[in-house]
Amino acid sequence: MITVLRLTLSISLLLTMTMAQSQSKMVSVKGGTYIPLYGRDSLKVTIGDFQMDVYPVTNKEFLEFIKKKPKWQRSNIKKIFADDNYLVSWISDTILGKNQSLKAPVTNVSWFVANDYCDCQGKRLATIDEWEYVAMANKTMPDARSLETYNKYILSWYEKPKTFNNEIGSTFKNYWGVYDLHGLVWEWTSDFNSVLISGESRKDVDNDSNLFCGSAAIGATDLMNYAAFMRYAIRGSVKAKYGLKNLGFRCVKDIKE
Amino acid sequence: MRKLNLLLGTIILGMLFLTSCTESEKKEHTDAADIPVSKEMMAELTSPPNVPRGVGRRKAKKLIVNMEILEQVGTMTDGTTYNYWTFGGSVPGSFIRTRVGDEVEFTLSNHPDNKLPHNIDLHAVTGPGGGATSSFVAPGHEKTFNFKTLNPGLYVYHCATAPVGMHIANGMYGLILVEPEGGLPQVDKEYYIMQGDFYTKGEHGEPGLQPFDMQKAVDEDADYVVFNGSVGALTGDNAITANVGETVRLYVGNGGPNLVSSFHVIGEIFDKVHVEGGDMINTNVQTTLVPAGGAAIVEFRVDVPGTFILVDHSIFRAFNKGALGMLKVQGEEDMKIYSGMMQEGIYQPEGGGIQEMPEDENVKTVVASSDKTLAEKMESGKNVYMQTCFACHQAEGQGIPNAFPPLAKSDYLNADVNRAIQIVLKGKTGEITVNGEKYNSVMTRQAISSDEIADVMTYIYNSWDNNKTNVTKSQVEAVKNGH
Repeated sequence: MITVLRLTLSISLLLTMTMAQSQSKMVSVKGGTYIPLYGRDSLKVTIGDFQMDVYPVTNKEFLEFIKKKPKWQRSNIKKIFADDNYLVSWISDTILGKNQSLKAPVTNVSWFVANDYCDCQGKRLATIDEWEYVAMANKTMPDARSLETYNKYILSWYEKPKTFNNEIGSTFKNYWGVYDLHGLVWEWTSDFNSVLISGESRKDVDNDSNLFCGSAAIGATDLMNYAAFMRYAIRGSVKAKYGLKNLGFRCVKDIKE
Repeated sequence: MRKLNLLLGTIILGMLFLTSCTESEKKEHTDAADIPVSKEMMAELTSPPNVPRGVGRRKAKKLIVNMEILEQVGTMTDGTTYNYWTFGGSVPGSFIRTRVGDEVEFTLSNHPDNKLPHNIDLHAVTGPGGGATSSFVAPGHEKTFNFKTLNPGLYVYHCATAPVGMHIANGMYGLILVEPEGGLPQVDKEYYIMQGDFYTKGEHGEPGLQPFDMQKAVDEDADYVVFNGSVGALTGDNAITANVGETVRLYVGNGGPNLVSSFHVIGEIFDKVHVEGGDMINTNVQTTLVPAGGAAIVEFRVDVPGTFILVDHSIFRAFNKGALGMLKVQGEEDMKIYSGMMQEGIYQPEGGGIQEMPEDENVKTVVASSDKTLAEKMESGKNVYMQTCFACHQAEGQGIPNAFPPLAKSDYLNADVNRAIQIVLKGKTGEITVNGEKYNSVMTRQAISSDEIADVMTYIYNSWDNNKTNVTKSQVEAVKNGH
């Protein structure tokens, strides 16, 4: 009995120790109910409390991870888990490209690897609903989506070239204390491909889908539609093995009762 | 009788044979889907205003088209830049030329540096989304799809990724031509012109990198309406050219996103217009309507030399928002067809411009320029200016970049008063340099009285930071009589 207890103790101790090693800073996000995009009342989504990484995963953090996980190194990774764009600007398996900053978000990673990274930290990728929930915030409000400045900020990012090599923390800190949700890179979500964008956006308008409520867009003149539309479009365009220069990720963690 | 029967039979038989023959031939034409293809061929793609070589008599082929999407900063007008989204690095995108029956293998590549997914909807495609569904492609990836060109005509292609309006407003459109069997008739010059409207945060002409303004786009409040993606893409050194006697064919498209184009060439009549880019040909057309997401093929023979101005005849777009291009025609004058210089018609409800004042000035009722105070001259000069000069040189004398030189703070103007008077009296053609910019346009002689010239010149010289010369009537007369 005592041995069993000791064993459990030591295992859990070991676990916390390894996890603590490269644990990045997280903040708590208080859950709530919201309507994703500009949708209808019937589409309300309820989010529980959770913690989110303050910053996206950096090249430095990812480099440490990949050194311990040779199977995710560029020369070893199986073709079904990553395409040819995987870490494409790196010089070798464990050396960053010349112009890549250690403090820049890691990009050109596939969903499989991002998912495993979070898993190894005892975390997970955020769902679209969770990600969008936190991303509704500006500096001072949890839901700033109706503000013109909020939407203009997001839209202006689409016009700034090569932001993927900017350092983490270079955009604003939002209401929850989270940085870089807008203005740096796109981010993987766990259920990114549940979005029903066929690529033919006009057709999508007819789909009465729960996740992509495009039908509500008809006649809408709100700028926020467009900022959100583009995130949904990029999610719809990728597959789990894709690597994109402007697509990184961060992790979240459930808060245990 | 029997012989006759035989003869009749032969005729009937012959007729039968004939009909069946034409029928089988016709069949090949009507069902383009059955046209066989031989061999593979790389499509020649060109950036505007150029078009690839015609298909001529070539057989239908498997045509390989590779198009790359680039999000890149370009010049909207002098001092103003814009982040364009492009098919092939130009706005409009590369011109694709095919013939009926071609099987096109289309590969759309999205450059890895791009931020957004894109796709392409070609109006020449028969199939869901015009290819959009099959070509939705993330940055750093490419998609290939095939289609057969079934209907001849000139078609628009564009990006159809959400938000569609924004993708089009940023320049994601171009033209694909499907020629009939045997090709379109040969002409001497062919050009590719496409109109588009742009919505920027700053007003027209505000310098710096201008971001896209979604609200203005929704309100259809365009800051720029331009041919080939920017102000000046078809003026000055970029003007398209032809020689007297040549037939010019323009492939005219309109990417929108919002505005419909009233396409007109000042000083020309379109001999032939393929209405909306289809089979129907209208002749002797002054202005043809090009819908957003539509096209037209216009043809005309140029008979006299000069500069012909291409405009969207919704005319404020031409003179205030950039929808202005130039066709420069070189060659011999033909006095029978046109006696004088090219002139842009300006409607003036009263006074000045159109009618010549009689040289003998007995009927003069206006107060002579010399008797007026400076303030009076300014007032009358301003009236003349607004009626005669305003259309080209603009309200604040700022002119129109690449087309009409500025009068405000103009080094050219201030350098020589007599030369300026001379230009108003006799007109001016050819290249001049004003404030460091080259202009090569035509100003017609202004048929206004010496008094009016003195007044309007005084007004110009005493406005907009110019050197405050007070031009007198006698000065004008001296120049007039001196030459």
